[in-house]
Amino acid sequence: MISSFKKALNSGKFVITSEVAPPKGTNLEKMVHHIELLKDKVDAMNVTDHQSSVMRFPSLGGALLVKEMGGEPILQMTCRDRNRMALQADLFFAASRGINNVLCLTGDSVILGDHKEAKGVFDLDSSQLLATIRRLEKGKDLGGNDVDGTVSFCAGAIVTPEADPLEPQLIKFEKKIDAGAEFIQTQAVYDLDSFKQFMDYARQFPVKILAGIILLTSAPMARFMNKNVAGVNVPQVLIEEMASAPKGRAIEKGVEIAGRMIKRVREEKMCDGVHIMAIGKEELVPDIMASAGLN
Amino acid sequence: MIRSITQQKPEEELDQLLDGLIRVFIIGCGTCVTLTHTGGEPEVKTMRQRLADKGKLVTGDMILPVACDNLTSEALTEYGAQIGQSDVLLVMTCAFGVQNIARQLKKMVVPALDTLFIGKETGLGQFDEICTQCGTCILGETGGICPITSCHKGLVNGPCGGTSNGKCEIDSEKDCAWTLIYNRLKELNRLDAMRKLQKPRNHQGEPSPGKWKLKYWTKALDNE
Repeated sequence: MISSFKKALNSGKFVITSEVAPPKGTNLEKMVHHIELLKDKVDAMNVTDHQSSVMRFPSLGGALLVKEMGGEPILQMTCRDRNRMALQADLFFAASRGINNVLCLTGDSVILGDHKEAKGVFDLDSSQLLATIRRLEKGKDLGGNDVDGTVSFCAGAIVTPEADPLEPQLIKFEKKIDAGAEFIQTQAVYDLDSFKQFMDYARQFPVKILAGIILLTSAPMARFMNKNVAGVNVPQVLIEEMASAPKGRAIEKGVEIAGRMIKRVREEKMCDGVHIMAIGKEELVPDIMASAGLN
Repeated sequence: MIRSITQQKPEEELDQLLDGLIRVFIIGCGTCVTLTHTGGEPEVKTMRQRLADKGKLVTGDMILPVACDNLTSEALTEYGAQIGQSDVLLVMTCAFGVQNIARQLKKMVVPALDTLFIGKETGLGQFDEICTQCGTCILGETGGICPITSCHKGLVNGPCGGTSNGKCEIDSEKDCAWTLIYNRLKELNRLDAMRKLQKPRNHQGEPSPGKWKLKYWTKALDNE
């Protein structure tokens, strides 16, 4: 079955995706609220997989919840916590429950998270996970055995357009496409002129690209990302704009900036859509969309 | 030359390991741990003093020339009496040495060091891990730099998204292996090697625990 997200990607419309983050524990209230709020507004919702290596309710459970509530989930799957057997098993389960979009990630190191002494698995990497999905679709598992029942996924991956050095990242990007990625979500981009340069290169490949938009919540948050998040570069002029917001109003400024960027990406037809990451403030996604002139 | 790289265990942990044990014999080694200043003569001397300060009775100490060597058993017999008087052997060698000693003597051993990795001295007082002995060598496709060992995640298809300015996401002091590999392959005009999608690795090249018989000897014994 073709997922509604895949249909949206292929329809030529400007695609909007967002995220929901599972909780630390079993209290699903906030996630349910975010799903309720966004399910009819966006084309699909990523459910994050122990984001930043912080142990949480599983992405598979979150994706199932999105599905049950009538939304369109994109299951994020990292290779950090599961070997090839567990990953394939979870793909079977996802497919059996109508979860048909997967974002394949290598995953952050456990050292960056809240279980620093855990064993990082990394039996597969993101490109191998993509290839695994395509292999399962052809009816074979990684052990070479026949698979009983069919699976079909809209599979994607990520790229960091401002990585330094860039070329190794682009080689991997091309490998992900060769391995079967149909869509690519980018790391947060802020300098749209430089993103356009990336798109001049990326456009030659048969893949849909969604520009990553991370909501800025304050000037210090922007500076923190520049210092600590690989491949994220918030230009000084945006940091100053955030700092210029009246006290207590920085977040409104962040919403305005995110909306402005989405509007420009859309109007200039830079890529196929955007992936909005509001990082814990998903309730602001409708405001960001309104600010971008999307309703 | 490959070296066993070690660091001393925290004092608190050592105190716990030696809790209730009074008579201690200390063993150092003249090779890797001497180079890394973790179990050579000066460190053994310092340990002796530290244990005495804590009320332990040190029955003796020795520096084995090469603790992982077969000659260790002979060297140990020379100190038989002092070893015999001890409750425990405090071994300031790498874990190879600790195990070699433990299998020769009917004594409890306590390692004073943690063995970090098998590595190479790459600068003055600097050591890098270079091989994890995985059993499925891919150096032929990576310009001679091992990503299984040098990439924190052991990735074989290029860098992850955490790489930043040529450094690793877990430590800005550690090089991103894939930046090194990229630079090397580019220099050799062989970036095509990096473009090949590598299959999932075989993690059972030699299923752990490693055990190996030389075919030469198997054959020779069969013919006897």
